[in-house]
Amino acid sequence: MSSKLAGVLAALTLLVAACGSGTGNTPRGGSSAAPGSAATIEVGSLYEPQNLDNIAGGGQGVTEAFNGNVYEGLFRLTDAGKVENLLAESYKVADDGLTYTFKLRQGVRFHSGKALTAADVTNSIERVLAEDSQSARKSNLKVIKSVTAPDDATAVVELSSRSISLVYNLSYVWIVNAAAKDLTTAADGTGPYRLGAWKRGSTLSLAPFSGYWGPRPANGGVVFHYFTEATALNNALLTGAVDIVTSQQSPDALSQFTGNPDYKIGEGHSTTKLLLAFNDRRAPFDKPQVRRAVAAAIDDAKLLESVWAGHGSLIGSMVPPTDPWYEDLTSLDRHDVEQAKRDLAAAGYAQGFRFTLDTPNYDPHPTAATFIKGELAKVGITVDINVITADEWYTKVYKNRDFAATMQEHVNDRDVVWYGDPGFYWGYDDEQVTAWVAEAERAKTTEEQTALLKKANRRIAENAASDWIYLYPQIVVASSALSGYPVNGLNSQFYAYGIKKG
Amino acid sequence: MARYLLRRTAFLLGSLLAAAGLLFLLLRMLPGDPANALLSVGATPEQIAAARRQIGSDRPLAEQFWTWLTGLARLDFGTSFVSRLPVGPEISARLAVTVPLTLLSFALAVAVAVPVGFVAAWRSDRWYGAALNAISQLGIAVPVFWIGMLLVTVFALRLRLLPAGGFPRDDWAEPGRALTALALPVITIALVMSASLIRYVRSATLDVLGSDYLRTARALGSSFAGAMWRHGLRNAAVPVISILGIELATTFLGAVVVESVFTLPGLGTMLVEGIAEHDYPVIQGVLVVSTFGVLVIGFAADLVQRLVDPRLRAHLGRGRR
Repeated sequence: MSSKLAGVLAALTLLVAACGSGTGNTPRGGSSAAPGSAATIEVGSLYEPQNLDNIAGGGQGVTEAFNGNVYEGLFRLTDAGKVENLLAESYKVADDGLTYTFKLRQGVRFHSGKALTAADVTNSIERVLAEDSQSARKSNLKVIKSVTAPDDATAVVELSSRSISLVYNLSYVWIVNAAAKDLTTAADGTGPYRLGAWKRGSTLSLAPFSGYWGPRPANGGVVFHYFTEATALNNALLTGAVDIVTSQQSPDALSQFTGNPDYKIGEGHSTTKLLLAFNDRRAPFDKPQVRRAVAAAIDDAKLLESVWAGHGSLIGSMVPPTDPWYEDLTSLDRHDVEQAKRDLAAAGYAQGFRFTLDTPNYDPHPTAATFIKGELAKVGITVDINVITADEWYTKVYKNRDFAATMQEHVNDRDVVWYGDPGFYWGYDDEQVTAWVAEAERAKTTEEQTALLKKANRRIAENAASDWIYLYPQIVVASSALSGYPVNGLNSQFYAYGIKKG
Repeated sequence: MARYLLRRTAFLLGSLLAAAGLLFLLLRMLPGDPANALLSVGATPEQIAAARRQIGSDRPLAEQFWTWLTGLARLDFGTSFVSRLPVGPEISARLAVTVPLTLLSFALAVAVAVPVGFVAAWRSDRWYGAALNAISQLGIAVPVFWIGMLLVTVFALRLRLLPAGGFPRDDWAEPGRALTALALPVITIALVMSASLIRYVRSATLDVLGSDYLRTARALGSSFAGAMWRHGLRNAAVPVISILGIELATTFLGAVVVESVFTLPGLGTMLVEGIAEHDYPVIQGVLVVSTFGVLVIGFAADLVQRLVDPRLRAHLGRGRR
């Protein structure tokens, strides 16, 4: 290479670098260096909120940034999966299980300064149930007949039938200021942080709320930095632009952090399951024997190992270990090619068959689909992989049910109950399971509920209602200076108030 | 000149209107439903219908188009389906990243390409002239994202000189920080852009070097530098300026790749997000603004060309094109 050109390039590089660092001598990435409670925590995430309201399609990102941080519910689902009182100081259930009376915590204020009253609670529940609500939890709360506020400190919920999950479901209902007008671009909650600024496409900052009823956050504020690409996110962590990554989605990148004393890698429990979901209404997948054969032909452990290199786990069904009704059902989903061939022959498909697998175009779906195609070829089944966008998936698979089988990740906890709804996209129609799921919801005690859902879960596993490939790992990579962060991040929640730097 | 400007402005507005209509229709012909972006697994058919009603995608097409167009006339770009934020202010916020990124890259590329291209032509018979030529050819072949990743690995991850990506939260409040954030992206684009520019400058210079008028000027006693300055530069500039206009427009539109590599909140990333979410007002707004930008750049290149080249001005004076 010409030495002149090299010289020119080097000079230019230095020039640009100098004009950058000369003015101000800035700490990289803007993370404040002050230790202790004053430090701002820089959080890196791949999930930017679509808007700021969880009933208007705000998505996973707004749950991550706001649940427990900006907004609080009557109850809180802790990182360990337990439900505890939050804005509800206590509650009573009538003997028939149809009336819940909630006593509200006193001295709670919204960020705008207004005191919390029961009217805010009724309004908050009603907006989730409203006609134009896009809340994913709306159907869980359908049993609510009425919400009333006999006095400022009491809210009463009347149900049309027993609902053992009501308290749990209420942990997703944000208590918002009834007087607030626009919650899609602004926020007014009771949480330890108030919304600082949201710069779409880039950052969202939270500042401690001085009027918070509870203990002050352990840090001086939080800034969520949003990335569209895992590599860029990891680079930001490597250069110190962010202190923590909420959920590591790039297994290959982990090696950059393992064995490096500057970083800590935490592995918690996730609730995200990778499914090969059959259309249980349609031949050949209307036959349990065929579904079982497909499940047996796929070596889940091998796929998990190749995608996540030792992280994540096999669960053999829809229920992750953080759900109360978890049980290890991997014995019902063993890898056994010979058994798969026998099952196929018994179902009348000795020569195999051909089907189209609708595969979302983002990781890990295409990888998994290719692997599955190879596995099924060994038992004579030909798979045509049809790669589609998330948007097409909603239209084709979710709404029109126009599919044979599909890959999909299901992120929520306690979502085994969808197998009790024959109208759900996969169309698993089993009277017994439907009855158990309905009974579980009307159960008087959690023990009763747990027992019933365990039975339902075992039954869908025996019938291979879907093929549950594996449970994702929940990997949090953080700077070693950080402590007090959530490790499980159940349902994408990310409680930031306990995080300390230094 | 006034008539020319008037005619060009009318042409610009006409093109903009045609582009607006075309992209509105093309977008609606794409498969998919904008309401999907707002929903999650568990949504009921009633919720899907409610989402459509809310964003107005259930209204007749003509009505949607008219609403959008009349808004545009008032510089109101509408409200995002997804974020519910007004699109106009967000576009201007994004332009505060994309425009400096484009202009700085452009300036750096020109600063590199003009001298290097000149030397490559002037000394094309020497080994370094040939080497510059070969290197620029290599530069054209290398994809821009790869250069970006390479620079990140070296300057951000290894040497820790510059940030790997992102843009300050307070934008240009501290210009030094904003410039630092733009340093690697600017170098990335400038490297790629100068690679092709060098070739244009080189061939334009070669033309001039072999021209009769330059030889005549030298014969009449001009020094090489003097003849180059008086006659060569202007002549070589004419074709290069039209290429520069195209390069500038391409960079402005192509910023999306570099913006994703460096996580810059620019217009390109806004477009990508908008497309992923079927957010029609966002896609339309970004595309209309980009179209406007490209038309203006073309207009400007045309004007500069006329200023440089008296032959084009002479045509103008006589009212002909």
